[in-house]
Amino acid sequence: MSNDVILEIKNINRTYKDEDSIINALSDINLTVRKGEFISIIGSSGCGKTTLLRLIAGLDKPQSGELLLNGNRITEPSPSRGYVFQQGSLFQWLTVEQNIAAGLKARHVYSQNKDKIAEYISLIGLEGFEKAYPHQISGGMAQRVAIARSLINDPELLLLDEPMGALDSFTRADIQDKLLEIRKTQDATMILVTHDVDEAIYLSDRIVIMTPRPGKISEIIDVDLPHPRHRGGTRFFDIRNRLLEKFHMATATPEPEFII
Amino acid sequence: MSVSTVNAESPLKKGGFPVKFIGVILFSVVGFVFAILANVFIPQVSEGVKFEDHIIGSYAVNMNGAYRIVVALLAVFYLGLGIFSGFDKERRKKYRHRAKFRFAVGIALALWDLLGTKLQVLPQPFFPGPAGILEAFLIESDYILENTLYSLRLFSWGFVLGVIVGVGTGILIGWFPKVFYWVSPVLNVTGVIPAVAWMPFALTLFPTPFAAAVFLIVICVWFPVASLTASGVQSTPKALFEAARTLGGNTAYLVFHVAVPHAMPQIFTGINTASAFAFTTLVMAEMMGQPGGLGYYINASKVWSAYYKVFAAIIVMAILFSLISKIVSLVESRVLRWQRGLLK
Repeated sequence: MSNDVILEIKNINRTYKDEDSIINALSDINLTVRKGEFISIIGSSGCGKTTLLRLIAGLDKPQSGELLLNGNRITEPSPSRGYVFQQGSLFQWLTVEQNIAAGLKARHVYSQNKDKIAEYISLIGLEGFEKAYPHQISGGMAQRVAIARSLINDPELLLLDEPMGALDSFTRADIQDKLLEIRKTQDATMILVTHDVDEAIYLSDRIVIMTPRPGKISEIIDVDLPHPRHRGGTRFFDIRNRLLEKFHMATATPEPEFII
Repeated sequence: MSVSTVNAESPLKKGGFPVKFIGVILFSVVGFVFAILANVFIPQVSEGVKFEDHIIGSYAVNMNGAYRIVVALLAVFYLGLGIFSGFDKERRKKYRHRAKFRFAVGIALALWDLLGTKLQVLPQPFFPGPAGILEAFLIESDYILENTLYSLRLFSWGFVLGVIVGVGTGILIGWFPKVFYWVSPVLNVTGVIPAVAWMPFALTLFPTPFAAAVFLIVICVWFPVASLTASGVQSTPKALFEAARTLGGNTAYLVFHVAVPHAMPQIFTGINTASAFAFTTLVMAEMMGQPGGLGYYINASKVWSAYYKVFAAIIVMAILFSLISKIVSLVESRVLRWQRGLLK
C-alpha cells in the first residue's frame, strides 16, 4: 500500500501577512494521494484549496511542514506536476499546436517528441484546429488545449485548478468526460480543485472538504461508485446529500459580519 | 447548402468585367488627361519661366515635357490598375472608392500648373508649379539620389540600432525591479528632451558627423521603444509565467518566450512612434551639420533660393518615409499575425 503512494502532504502551514493582520491560509494539512487516484478538493472560496494546489505545484512554499512527491521534497515547479489554470493561461501568440508543444520546447526535447503533438491533439479532439490561435477557439477548447499542454510532459500528477469554472454546463460535462477518458488511457493521477459538488462526485475517488479561517481539511469522503458513472440515480444522490450535509455542517459556523 | 450556391454563382461574377466599371476607370483617369491637355493647350502667359532643354540619354526634354510624361505615367498606371481591379469584386470596390480622389488630383495638378507655371499668380520663387519642381530632377537627379541614399543610410543605422538598444534596455527595465528603480527615472527625464538638443555634444563627442547623427537618432528611438517594451514586459500576466514554469521553462524561457512575445504589440507601438521621431531627428540633424542627406539638400538649395529643389526634396521625403512606414507596418502585421481578428 505504501508503495504506490505518490504524494505525501505533511503538517503544512501557510500564512499570509496583510498590513495589520495575519491570514491563516492553510493550517495543519495532512493528505496522502495514491498513484492513479482522482482527488477533488472542494470548499467555499477562501478555504485555501487553490493555495494547497499551488503548494503541490511548487508555485508557492509552506511556512512549515513538507510536501513529498515519490519521497522527494517539492521545492519548485516542475513539468512532472502539470498545472491547468482556471482560464487565460494559453500563450495568445502561439497556435493550438504550438501551445501544446510549448512544454517540449521549454524542456528542449521538441525534436525527438514532435510526433506526440498530433497524438495529443486527437486526444483532446481538436483535429482541424492545429493552426488556430487561442482567441479563435471557444473557452472549452482552450481549456482542453491547456490540459493537453500539461499532459504532453508526461506528468506524474495533473493539478487542475477549477479548469471548468468559467465554462457553461454542457462544455463542462464534455471536459469532465474527457478527463475521465484521459485518466483511463494515460493512467494519470489527478487532483482537482472545484466548488461544484456534482463535478466532484462524478469524477473523484475521494473528495477532500476544506473549511476556511483557518483553511483546513474538515473531512475526506470516499466515492465508491463504479465507472462509468451517471449524473443521477439514487447512489449518486445519496453521496450528494451526504456531502452537502457535511458541507453545510462544515460551514455552519456563523460568518462574521465583516470581511478581514 | 449556401456554400454551394455561392460557388455556383461566383465563376460568372468573379470572371466577369462589368461594363459599368469602364466608366469608373475613365473617371479616375480623366482628371490626369485634363491636366495634360491643359498643359499642352493653355498658352504660357507669364514670361518669368525659362524652358531649358535637358539631355537625358539621347532625348532632349524640358520641364513641361517631363511634367506631361509623369502625369501620363500616372494616368497609364491608374488605367492599368483599373483593368486589373475590374475582375475582382473587392478590388473593384476599393478602386471605385478612390476614383473621386484620383479625379480631384488630376484637376488639382491642372490648377497648380496654371497658377504656378502658366500664369505665375503664386508668389515666386517660393511656390513653383509642378513642372518647376520636376526641373530639379532634370537638373540633378544624381545628386538628389546621392542625398537620398545618405539619408536612408543614416536613418537605417540610427533606427535599427535604436530599436535593438531600446528593446534590450526595455527588457532589463521590465524584468529587473532594481533596474526599473534606478533607470526608469533617468529614462523618463532624458526621454522627453528632443534628441537634437544633444547635437552640440554629439558633434564634439563623435569622430564623424555621421556617427553623431546616428547617435541622435538612436536616442530618439530608444526612449519610446524602451519604455513601451518595459511596460509590455511588466504587464505580462503572472499566470503565464506560472504556466511556463510548470511546463518546465527556465528564466530565459520566461523572458524570451513569454514576456517578450507578450510585450510585442507594445514594442511595435513604440517602434511606430519612434519612426516618426526618427524622421524629424534625421532631417533636423541633416540641416544642422551633415555633409549630405535630404535635409542638407534642402538647406543648400534654400541658400540659392532654389525653392523648387526644396519641394523636390520634400516630395522625395514623403515617398521615402511612407515606404519606410509601410515596411514597418508589414513587419508588424507579420510578427503580430496572431492578433488578426482579435483587435479591430
